[in-house]
Formats: sequence, structure tokens, C-alpha cells
Amino acid sequence: MSHAINIAKVHKNYGKLHALAGVDFQIPQGSFFGLLGPNGAGKSTLINTIAGLTYASTGTVEVMGYDVRAQWRQARKSLGVVPQELVYDSFFSVIEVLRLQSGYFGYGRENYPWLDELLDILSLTDKANASMQSLSGGMKRRALIAQALVHRPPVIVLDEPTAGVDVELRKMLWEFTKRLHKEGHTIVLTTHYLEEAEALCEQIAILNHGQLIALDKTKTLLGRYPYRLLRLSLPLEFALPTLPEALQSKVQSFEQGELVLRLHREQDPICGILESLRVANIPFLDLRTEEPGLEEVFMQLTSDRETLS
Amino acid sequence: MNWRGFYTLFAKEVWRFLKVTTQTIFAPVLTVLLYLLVFASVLSEHVQVYPGVTYASFLIPGLIMMSIIQNAFANSSSSLFQSKMTGNLVFTLLAPLSDLEFFLAFVAASVIRGIVVGLGVLVAAMWFAPLSMHSFWILLGFTVLSSATLGALGVIAGLWAEKWDHVAAFQNFVILPLSFLSGVFYSVNNLPPFWQGLSHFNPFFYMIDGFRYGFFGVADSSLGLSFFVVGLSLAAVSALCLGLLRIGYHLRN
Repeated sequence: MSHAINIAKVHKNYGKLHALAGVDFQIPQGSFFGLLGPNGAGKSTLINTIAGLTYASTGTVEVMGYDVRAQWRQARKSLGVVPQELVYDSFFSVIEVLRLQSGYFGYGRENYPWLDELLDILSLTDKANASMQSLSGGMKRRALIAQALVHRPPVIVLDEPTAGVDVELRKMLWEFTKRLHKEGHTIVLTTHYLEEAEALCEQIAILNHGQLIALDKTKTLLGRYPYRLLRLSLPLEFALPTLPEALQSKVQSFEQGELVLRLHREQDPICGILESLRVANIPFLDLRTEEPGLEEVFMQLTSDRETLS
Repeated sequence: MNWRGFYTLFAKEVWRFLKVTTQTIFAPVLTVLLYLLVFASVLSEHVQVYPGVTYASFLIPGLIMMSIIQNAFANSSSSLFQSKMTGNLVFTLLAPLSDLEFFLAFVAASVIRGIVVGLGVLVAAMWFAPLSMHSFWILLGFTVLSSATLGALGVIAGLWAEKWDHVAAFQNFVILPLSFLSGVFYSVNNLPPFWQGLSHFNPFFYMIDGFRYGFFGVADSSLGLSFFVVGLSLAAVSALCLGLLRIGYHLRN
């Protein structure tokens, strides 16, 4: 068994809505995996299906080789899910919540040292006896992460863990997830921050309209994008209409004297572009090229599908 | 069976109501004391239901069972619905707990809430009238069966409800009328034949009647029939509840 998660031909219908349309892919054990897609793409439905919170209409999902329906007990023991929303029980303190969650998984006092360690790692030790309700948003987020890890699951799903958190906490969460990955956990991350997925994930799947539209290693995915960006700093008197007609279609943006052209790697050699500018008598003060990020790849893949559909 | 998981969820549900005892224990006890104060003091001179039993003494078992019924229902319905609404129920659903373990934990906690409130009412009410005990085991049996039935019904209500209004509607339009019209304040034998017949279709009547038998050794209906109806009610409500949990009704899509 080399797959942490095996998703096989999963369909999910909500009435006429086809939320998942034959999603089929595997997440290797020990990988740092990104699950991306625009709003309504089916990410949450897929995560809920993996977690057993939603039942697939057809198809199967396995976590560490255990079918989430037929072998639900082993599957749930293998999985830790950090939900997107800040959900908590206001009746209990942080340590009480962790001990209760640990108990649901069949652990008793022997697990308390691990719970204390979790509090320490997530800088929550001094808040152990504070009510969940009294915590700040960032602390609640950390407590939810601790809650998902009480049973040391080999597979951890983080559903937009950095949504709405400040830069400091985001960095801390990045470091923490990297550490979990190094320790051998499989990490599945969904995020709207594409630079986050680019920085952390080794492999990325992109969902759109309930279908898998891309699945590849992050580097390969970035390499599939046939464009790069050329940024030119132009004099203040420059006006966009003076740009040669052949370059007009390549303009991505023009703001505060900076012109950004989107150039095809093979069809638009930079020397040709610079020659066109020289002929048009457009001087530039500075230039630099920029490799595409995941955002450009994501936008292209999802917009291609929009066009096709 | 995940025994520790079951025990933890059960302990959490008990712990939860013990954290707010003013609302979950003392308030229902006070309500019953007010009933006793009003009804027993006004009517005790005029009404005698069973020979040799004062009206206040007659009233107390009914009020205790009514409190048990209402609080057992409130415990599971409000806890489950609140967890569902705030979203933290997801952590219970992600845990390796079976439908049966989930069901038993909520129902057992409701039984404990019923017993604690029932004991509270008993202790407070003993100051108002003398009470004899015919059979401890009959009292315990009806307490457990009745609170378990209402605990299971509370789980159904918590699953079904989509807003607090639904929980309140279940409480106010089902539980409250059925518990008031079950012979708490009167003997159904004193009712006109039509209402007397109708009362025998109310399972709460058998809960209260059987419980009262445990105190006085005398009741409106036979003890065997009361045990049978209450046991059957528990089996039916439990079967429905487990069926709903099995299909993930309002829990898992």
C-alpha cells in the first residue's frame, strides 16, 4: 500500500447538482499535497467524502487502505481533519477539549503527555485552562489543529488553515505543517493562497466544476505554463496606444509606468520584443523577466475550462 | 465496541449539564416547588385521589416524573442541536464512534440528568408532604426506562431540528402537552370516559402511573401494562433513532 488516500471514480450528486463528477486520483503516502480549485469546485465535498462526513453517490474512497464506508473505524483513526470554520464547544477549556477528543479515539491518561506536547508545540500551554470561547481567532485555529492531531493520524487534512490569520501565525502554521511532513505525515492542504501551495506542496490537484482538471508535481505544473512575464519600466509620458499593434495583445497590465507583457516562451523571443520597442521609438528605463507562479497556471487552467464549457 | 470512546462522549454530555447546574438542575426543581406550592396548598383540602393519600403526596410522584421526562428530553435535544448548529459536532463525527455508541452515550447522559433532577425534586418536595416508598426497584425501573425513552426522543428532535424554533416546538407542542395530560395533576379515572380512553394512548401516562405505583403500591392502570408500554415506547423510539443515525440523517450528507 503506497497511497495515503485513494479516490476512485467518485461521484456526488445533490439533486441536480453534480458536485463531484468522477473524481479519480491517489495521494501518495508521505507527500505534501495541495488540493486547489475555485469556489464551488467541489473541494469541500471531496474533503468531506474523504472524512466520511459526506457519502459518495458512487465510487469509493480509502484512507491508508481502509474504505471510509466499510472500514470506517480504521479509516477515521488514520485521518485528522482541521476544518475550515472556527468551530468549538464553548462549554470546555482547551485541555478539556483535547482530552475529550483523545478519549473519543480510545485513548486515556497515557495520551496526556502527547496532548501537553501539542499544546507546547502550538504555543497554547498558557491557555490550556482557558475557555475555548475566550481565545483569539488565531489561538482557536491552533486549538483546532491540536484537536485534529490528538490521535497522531498518519494523514492530515488542513482545509484552508491560514484563511483570515495574520502573517505571523501563517508563518508559524507553515513551519508546523512542514515539521509534520518531515515526521512522515501525509499532508493534504486546501488553500486560496496559491503562493502557499506553491511554497509547500510537492504535488497539486486542481478541481473545477467537480472534475479533476490537473494533477501533477508542482514544478511540472508550473513548467506546463507556456508564458513568462516581461516587466518594463517606461517614462511617464508613455501612452499605451503608442505601443506597436503586434504587442497590444500581449499586454497583461499597465500601471504607474510599469508595463507587463505576457510572452509565449517559444513564439515571443525577448530580443524580438525589444527590437519592436526600439523601432517604435519607445525607450524603457528598466526591464526584468518573471517566471509564472501557480496563480497564472491556475487561472489559465480554470479559464480554459470555462471557455470549453 | 469503542468503550472508551462511548464513555468519553457519555462523560462529556454529563459534564456539560453539570457545568450549568443553575439552568439544568436547580431551575426545574424550583419550577416543581412552585407547582407544589400553588396546587398542593390550594387543592389539598378539596381533593383526595387515593384513599389515605393526601393530594400533595399524590402530586409529588407525578411532578418528579414530569421533571424527569422534560429534562431527559432537553438534555439530548439541546446538546445535540447546539453542537450541530455551532459546527463542533464535526469532531464527534470524525471520531471512530459507531451509531450505537453515539446513541447510547447521549441516552445514558439523559438518564443521568433525569435521575439527578428527579432526586433534586424528591428531596425538595419531601418537605411538603409525607412520602412512602412501595418499591425502590419499580421507581428505578420507570425512571431509567422513561428517561431513556425521552433521551432517545431528544436525539431524534436534535437531528430533525434545523433551528432552535424547531427544538422549542417539539418541546412545547409535543413533550409539554403529553406530560401535562398524563395524570400528573389528577387520576385519569376521574376523567369522563372519552378523555379517560384517550389518556391510555399517551405513553407518558404509563410512565407516571407506573412511577406512582412505586410510591403508593396503587395506580390507575396495571403495573405490567405500564412496564410493557414504556418498554415498547423505548424500543420503538430507539429503533427510529438508530435508523436515522445509520442513514446519517441531517448529520452526514
